Amino acid sequence: MLILSQVSKRYGDVLALAPTDLQVPGGETLVLIGPSGCGKSTLLRLIAGLIQPGSGSITFEETRLSSENILQIRQQMGYVIQEGGLFPHLTVHDNVTVMARYLRRDVGWIDCRLNELAQLVRLPEEMMNRFPAELSGGQRQRVSLMRALMLDPDLLLLDEPLGALDPMIRFQLQKELKAIFAQLGKTVVMVTHDIAEAAFFGHTLVLMRDGRIVQTGPFKELAQTPAEPFVEEFITAQREPMAQLVEALKWT
Amino acid sequence: MDVKQRIGVVLLVFCALLVHPVVRAEEAVSITVGSKGFTESVILGEMLRHLARQTGIEAHHQRQLGGTRVLWNALLSGEIDAYPEYTGTLLQEILVNENLQTEIELKQALTRRGLRMTPPLGFNNTYAIGMKAELAERLNLRTISDLKNHPELVLGFSNEFMDRADGWPGLQQGYQLPQHNVRGLDHDLAYRGIESGTLHVTDLYATDAEIDYYKLLALEDDLNYFPVYNAVILYRADVEQRAPEVAAMFNRLAGRINAPTMSRMNAQVKLNGEPESAVAAGFLKQALNLDVDYQIQTAWERFWQHTGEHLVLVGISLTAAIIFAVPLGILAARREHLGPIVLGVAGILQTIPSLALFVFMIPLLGIGGPPAIMALFLYSLLPIIRNTYAGLKDIPPAIVESAQALGLPSRARLYIVELPLATRAILAGIKTSAVINVGTAALSALIGAGGYGQPILTGIRLDDIGLILQGAIPAAVLALLVQGLFELIERGLLPKGLRIQTSGIKGPSL
Ligand SMILES: Nc1ncnc2c1ncn2[C@@H]1O[C@H](COP(=O)(O)OP(=O)(O)OP(=O)(O)O)[C@@H](O)[C@H]1O
Ligand SMILES: [Mg+2]
Repeated sequence: MLILSQVSKRYGDVLALAPTDLQVPGGETLVLIGPSGCGKSTLLRLIAGLIQPGSGSITFEETRLSSENILQIRQQMGYVIQEGGLFPHLTVHDNVTVMARYLRRDVGWIDCRLNELAQLVRLPEEMMNRFPAELSGGQRQRVSLMRALMLDPDLLLLDEPLGALDPMIRFQLQKELKAIFAQLGKTVVMVTHDIAEAAFFGHTLVLMRDGRIVQTGPFKELAQTPAEPFVEEFITAQREPMAQLVEALKWT
Repeated sequence: MDVKQRIGVVLLVFCALLVHPVVRAEEAVSITVGSKGFTESVILGEMLRHLARQTGIEAHHQRQLGGTRVLWNALLSGEIDAYPEYTGTLLQEILVNENLQTEIELKQALTRRGLRMTPPLGFNNTYAIGMKAELAERLNLRTISDLKNHPELVLGFSNEFMDRADGWPGLQQGYQLPQHNVRGLDHDLAYRGIESGTLHVTDLYATDAEIDYYKLLALEDDLNYFPVYNAVILYRADVEQRAPEVAAMFNRLAGRINAPTMSRMNAQVKLNGEPESAVAAGFLKQALNLDVDYQIQTAWERFWQHTGEHLVLVGISLTAAIIFAVPLGILAARREHLGPIVLGVAGILQTIPSLALFVFMIPLLGIGGPPAIMALFLYSLLPIIRNTYAGLKDIPPAIVESAQALGLPSRARLYIVELPLATRAILAGIKTSAVINVGTAALSALIGAGGYGQPILTGIRLDDIGLILQGAIPAAVLALLVQGLFELIERGLLPKGLRIQTSGIKGPSL
C-alpha cells in the first residue's frame, strides 16, 4: 500500500504538483495520464524519493519515506525511467544485475533470475553481452524493465515503459506485462500518454492537468461521468484518430 | 569521511616528500655553490666548485639560478654555501635600505646575517652603457651625457637593469635622458639587436666578452653614476666551521683575477665555446698552480641527465596533481557550494604567470627540485579538476537518476556509474595537464632544478642555437610521447560500451 498525503512540489515559480492525496492498494495497477508537463513524472520521482516534496508525506508499506531509509526502500521499488536510463558503459547483463551484484547476492541466484527475466520480456539470450548502444529502442526498454524487476520489488514505478516500441510489439508487451503484474501480484504505478493503454492496464486511472489531479477512477467512470469538460476533451482527443481510421475504411 | 582522511594522509606524505630533500643529512660535509645566469658568474661558480673539491670535500654547483634575489635567499637559508657577487649589487640593491658607505660597514652587515665576504677578486665589473663604435663616431658620442642630444636612439636594456633602482630608472634621472623607446630584454639578445641595428644602446658589463667582438664602445660615465662593482665571493660563516679549508681556498682568489683576465675567460666560453669547467680549471692551474681534475660531460651524458631530471619533475608533479585533482573535481561536482570555490582557486593559480609561480615557491621550499615540483603540481591542477568536474556534470540526468532509483548509495554510484562515464573527460584533462607540465618544466632550470630547461638557458646565455635545440627538441618530443602515452591509456581504460557509441556517431577523433 502506497499512500501520498498532501504531497506537493514546486520548481521556482512552477507548481509541478499541487498538494495531492493518492492511495494505491497493494497488487493494484494505477495509471497516471494527462498532457505533457502535467506532473506525471514528478509524481513518480517523488514516490521514488528522487526529489523531496515541498510539503506532505509519502508512506510505503507503513513506512514513511525519509532520507535515512530511502536507499533501503528503493530496493523494494523498481523504477523504469522515461528515457530508459541504461548505463551505456555496462552490458545488458551488467545493467540488469548491477544492484544485485552490489548487494553481493548469490551468483547462481543472479544468473537464474536473469534468465527468468529474459524469458519474461522475451529478450534473446545472445543480447546479454551487448551494450545499450547495440540495442534497438524497444530492446532497451525491455532491458530497463528487467533491471527494475531484478530484485523482485513490491512496487513498480514505470514512466512510459512502452513509449519507444512499435505498435505490434507494444500490443504484445502490453498483454504480457499485464499478465506479469497479475501473476506477480505487483503494485504498479505507471505513466502513459495513451488512453487505450491506460484503460487496458489500470484498475484505477488518474487524470492530471497542470499539476493537479482532475479525476480518479476506473476508465468507465471517467468516460461516463467526467468530472470536468477537460476529462471528456482528453478522452475524445485520443479517440479522434481512431474514429478517422474507421471513417477512412468506410470510404474505400 | 574516510575519503577526507585518505586525502589528508596523501597530502601529508606529499608535503613530507617535498620537504625531505631540504632537510639534508648533516653527517657528510658537502658544499653547494651557486651562480647567476650569466657566463662570468657560471665560470666563477665552477672555480668555487673546483676549489672546494681540491680539499677533498664533495661540492655541487647550482648553475645559473634565476636572479640575485634567488641566490641571496638561498645563501641566507643555507641551500647554497657560496656564490660570486658584486659589492655594487650588495650596497645598491640587496642591502640598499641599510645605507652602507664603506666596505667595513658592508662586512659588518654581512656578519650580522651569518655571512662572509672574500676580499675583492680583482676586477670591477660595473655597468657600462655601450653602443656600436662606428655609430658613436658618426654621431660624435663619447660620454653618457652626449646621449641627451639624440632622443631618437632606441635603447634596450637587460631585464634586471630595467628593474633595479640603480639601473635604467636611476640612470635616466641622473643624466636626464630623453629617450622613450626603451625595451627590456635578455642581455644576450641585446647584443644581437645591436648587431642587427634594431637597437642602438644597451647596458654592458665591463668584463663582457662581446665588447671587443661586436666592436662596441663603452660610453664614459662622466657623472660617475655607476657604483663600483667589485667581484667578491659571498659565503656562509658556518663554512669556516664545517669546512675551514674550503673557506681558505675561496680566499685564495682574492686579488687574482683582473678585468682583462675575466674578459678573456668570458670570451673563451662565450665566443670559443669552451666549457666553463675547463676555463675555470685552466685559470686555477695558471694562477694558483692547482691541478684540478674535472670531468666534462659528453653531450649524451648531459642529455640523459637532463632527461632524467625532467622526467622526475614531470612524473612526481603530475602524479601528485592527478591524486589531488581528481578527488577535488569530484568534490566540486558533488558539493554544490564547494564547486565554485575549488574551480575558482584552481583558476586563480592558473592565471599566475608560470615563472612567477616558480619564484613564489622559493621562500617556501628553497631552490632545486622541491619548489619546481610544487609549482608544476599547482600548475597541473586546473585542467584535471575542470575536466573531472565537467565529465561528472555532463552525465545525462536520466542515468544519474536511474542509478539513484536502483538504490545505489552515493559512493557506489560514483565508482560504478559516474566515474566510468567521465573517464574520457578526466583522461583528456590529464593529457592537457601533462603536455602543459612537460613544457613548463623547462622553466625549472631557473630555480636550479635542471631538466631540459638547462641547455635552453645555457644556449640563450651563450647565444648557441644548437644548445637551445638540445633542450627544446627533447622537450617537444617528450610532450608528444606523453600525449601518445595517454592516448594509449585512454584506449585501455575507456569502457567498451562508450567506444561503440562514438564509433557509431563518428565524431572528430581526439
Ligand atoms: N528539474 C526541474 N526544474 C524545473 N522545472 C521542472 C523540473 N522538472 C520538471 N519541471 C516542470 O514541472 C512540470 C511537470 O513536469 P513532469 O516532468 O512531471 O511532466 P510530465 O507530466 O512527466 O510530462 P511528459 O508527459 O512530457 O513527460 C513541467 O512544467 C516541467 O517543466
Ligand atoms: Mg514525464
